[in-house]
Amino acid sequence: MGEGKDVRQGTLALMILKTLESMGSLHGYGIARRIEQTSGDLLSVNYGTLYPALLKLEQEGYIASEWGISENNRRARYYRLTRTGKKQVERETREWNETAAIVARFLNPEESC
Amino acid sequence: MERDGCYRRALSESGGVVLNLRSFLLRVAGVFRSERRDREFQAELESHIQLHIDDFVRSGMSPAEARRQALIKLGGIEQAREGWRRQHGLPAIESLAQDLRYAIRAMRKNPGFTCIALLTLTLGIGANTALFSVVNGVLLNPLPYPHSEQLAILYQKSPIADQGAVSYLNFLDWQRQNETFSSIAAFRWQTFNLTGEGEPTRVSGHEVTADFFATLDVKPVLGRLFTADEDRVGGAPVALIGGGLWKTRYGSSPSVLGRGITLNGVRYTIIGVIPETFLFYNGYGTQVWTPLGQWNDPTFRDRRVSMGMNVIGRMRAAVTLDRARQDMQRVANTLAEAYPDADKGAGVILVSFKQDMVGDIAPFLFVLLAAVGFVLMIACANVANLMLARATGRAREFALRSALGASRGRLVRQLLSESVLLGVGGGVLGLALAASGTRSILALLPDAVPRSHEISFDPRVLIFTLAVSLIAGIGFGLAPALRVWRPNLTDALKEGGRGVAGTRGPAQNAFVALEMATALVLLVGAGLMIRSLALLWSVDPGFDPRNALSFEVAMQPDLGSDPTHIRGELRKIHDAVRVQPGVVSASVLAGSLPMQGDSELPVWKEGEPKPATAAESKWTLFYGVEPDYLSAMGIHLLRGRFITEADSEHSPAVVVVDDYFVHRYFPGENPIGKRINVGMLDLQPEIIGVVGHVKHWGLDSDATARVQAQIYIPCTQIPDRFMPLVGNGISMVVRTANDPGGQIPAIRKAIAGNNTQQVVYGAEPLEEVIAGSLAARRFSMMLLGIFAAVAVVLSTIGIYGVISYLVGQRIQEIGTRIALGAQRRDVVRLILGRGLVLTLSGVGSGSVLALILSRQMKKMIYGVSPSDPLTFFGVAVLLITIALLACYVPARRAMRVDPMIALRYE
Repeated sequence: MGEGKDVRQGTLALMILKTLESMGSLHGYGIARRIEQTSGDLLSVNYGTLYPALLKLEQEGYIASEWGISENNRRARYYRLTRTGKKQVERETREWNETAAIVARFLNPEESC
Repeated sequence: MERDGCYRRALSESGGVVLNLRSFLLRVAGVFRSERRDREFQAELESHIQLHIDDFVRSGMSPAEARRQALIKLGGIEQAREGWRRQHGLPAIESLAQDLRYAIRAMRKNPGFTCIALLTLTLGIGANTALFSVVNGVLLNPLPYPHSEQLAILYQKSPIADQGAVSYLNFLDWQRQNETFSSIAAFRWQTFNLTGEGEPTRVSGHEVTADFFATLDVKPVLGRLFTADEDRVGGAPVALIGGGLWKTRYGSSPSVLGRGITLNGVRYTIIGVIPETFLFYNGYGTQVWTPLGQWNDPTFRDRRVSMGMNVIGRMRAAVTLDRARQDMQRVANTLAEAYPDADKGAGVILVSFKQDMVGDIAPFLFVLLAAVGFVLMIACANVANLMLARATGRAREFALRSALGASRGRLVRQLLSESVLLGVGGGVLGLALAASGTRSILALLPDAVPRSHEISFDPRVLIFTLAVSLIAGIGFGLAPALRVWRPNLTDALKEGGRGVAGTRGPAQNAFVALEMATALVLLVGAGLMIRSLALLWSVDPGFDPRNALSFEVAMQPDLGSDPTHIRGELRKIHDAVRVQPGVVSASVLAGSLPMQGDSELPVWKEGEPKPATAAESKWTLFYGVEPDYLSAMGIHLLRGRFITEADSEHSPAVVVVDDYFVHRYFPGENPIGKRINVGMLDLQPEIIGVVGHVKHWGLDSDATARVQAQIYIPCTQIPDRFMPLVGNGISMVVRTANDPGGQIPAIRKAIAGNNTQQVVYGAEPLEEVIAGSLAARRFSMMLLGIFAAVAVVLSTIGIYGVISYLVGQRIQEIGTRIALGAQRRDVVRLILGRGLVLTLSGVGSGSVLALILSRQMKKMIYGVSPSDPLTFFGVAVLLITIALLACYVPARRAMRVDPMIALRYE
């Protein structure tokens, strides 16, 4: 669909949480753009998965949303991290780092020896 | 599709192992209030697109191009929306709702199928629910007393009976010497003339010992229970009344305490009210309780005599029935040593209270429950067949949906939700059917089932019905669902679709064979019961029950104890009844009443020493009768003469014995003119005649009874000191010219005319007495008969359906055969042959199954073997005939096939 790769499954939630952590309050479009930009446009966020992911995070209580006005005066739904969301970011970041480190050892076995 | 799959996996991955409850609840809620959220999400998507367009425009695109790009980038609004919806609600529930809506639509489109399936299931599930409610109420539910499992009935084992009544003195010793019961109480059924304030009425009650209610753990709603001091000779005359009587006679007034009540002429003071809901054995009828220990009759206080008194005990906590048995055996051994004349060889038999109440009916109910389960199985097989037929008709629909991308799981779920919906529908209707049906069947045969008052539709019954409905729904839905599992798309989509139809055969044939087999099992069961009852009915009871009735008479309370006066009263009652038009003969009866009550005495021949102990005595049933007893009962005189008017209290003692007595005690001798000693009564009468044996203990169990010998003594010759006991209450047997039931009011009036204080009760034609003794068997036969009939009807419909289908499928082939010169006869033979193969395989396997299962009926049947060849052969022939008749209808259709028309179809 887009030029870039689709976001790898399971990582989207963490990206959303991380984006909201650094940006504060942001609407869906902004989150998507931000993720794409951060990835250096290597990733393309499929909106068909973005909104369900946002809804799921909201249902889980990690993010909250409310309607607001965008910088160019458009009505938009703004998402922000909740307190449990902040903790979840820490936890998921830690887990992700661990996983990444483990996978890295498999990919470069000679280095780890 | 593919993306959805990945998406779901991602969800479960990031969802973590722990189920997020908050999220789950929100999603459940999301299933319902989704419209507002839908609109909101629509707005969010629009704002998203707008923001995107703004960005593109800012970077220099034309608005139209920007919009196009934004929409492309969004990647399908519908998809985004679908994904969002999935996350928002619970797709499983939503698609279930969708399945159900679709199922209802499908059912409405096919009302004929739906009606037949629902009707079949209603019958099947209804019958199961009804019977389970009976099993539940009677067998599964505990008795309505606190810790009822600790209650046991204590019988006295004696030479007369294994589970006999208890003598009062023995009871007192049991009470004192046992170590395993927290309390033991005695009770004795009694009827009372209630006179004094208001209409005189007859109420039934119990004479009980002081701790009777404490043993049952029943507390009075008002007042107090008996004290130990009131439970002995000379105690204050106090009585307890039931809540029903309290309501009807005293308007539930608390001032009833301390008021007087006259029972059988004795003035009692009411000291307490027992709850209206109190239930003892079958019925709420018991309304009055008096202290048993106040009865000072010397016979009652004779250790050798049991005056119809029974004993109930509450075992201490943690004492098992076995432990209590050992304990009571020890007590019995002690008593046997101390009182050998009365208690040698005697023992105590303990039966749990519940077992005592419902033990006899349990095997009947379990067999019936199994039978009704079979009926449901047939019903399910039939509906499964219908579903199969319909699924075949819908093969193209399913193939199309499958080709359009519906997963197989989704289609199977669709079919299953249809069948489960049918099952639950049948369950709801069945519950309604059961609720009304159970009552009417129980009302039809009130004596057949104990505890019938307690049968209700409690949660356990509802859960049972729900479970049966679901299991049935899944059960018969599985067959068609499994076929959808392996669809042959190309075949199914092709016009004609004969390939699919061909594969339908085996499953359907198996179902029909199964139905036939099950129907045969049920027919065998019903057949065995019918044979048993026919045999029982043809058993000669030893008397002529037609145009005869028996009843009991409560004598006036002020009868007194003057023997001459009592004998005079008996004669007056006899005369009052005898002169009634329509009465052919009548006799007063003291002692035993055939099939209704028994009274035994020890006997020994003249010249023999008196047996030292009760255990060594020969026992015989004793009837104190008048001369007309022979004709009133229709008993045959075999030798000598019967009692005449000349045999009175002033003439030498005489006795008439039955042929069993002769066979047992005077084998090969002529007993006429010989003398016997009759214990207790202390008579030495001369045998003047021999009569035929009467099946006193019932048609079925007389041959196995402990005491079968019978003696008849003129009731006027009963010694003076026993006359007050006779005056306690007598029975009467009356032979009428016709319709004995119709004579009852006139007889009642005649006796009331003799003395208004004398009351007739328990009047019943002897034919009904016999019928009543077979009530449980008749109940089972009736239900098994109904079940078997339903089974035959259902399986007939089943085989008819299959053969009709077969004819429909092969109509071209048949047409071709006829065109090629096949005789119509051959065609009929071909079709009937198929039906016969199905039927015979069902009958064959059913016979084997029936042989195994009918052994469980041993306790219910009489006089026939569980593998009775006549029954097996008869029902097999019946079933085969009915099945072939069912097949003949489509076979005739096949025969009439016009070859031209059939061929033109090709």
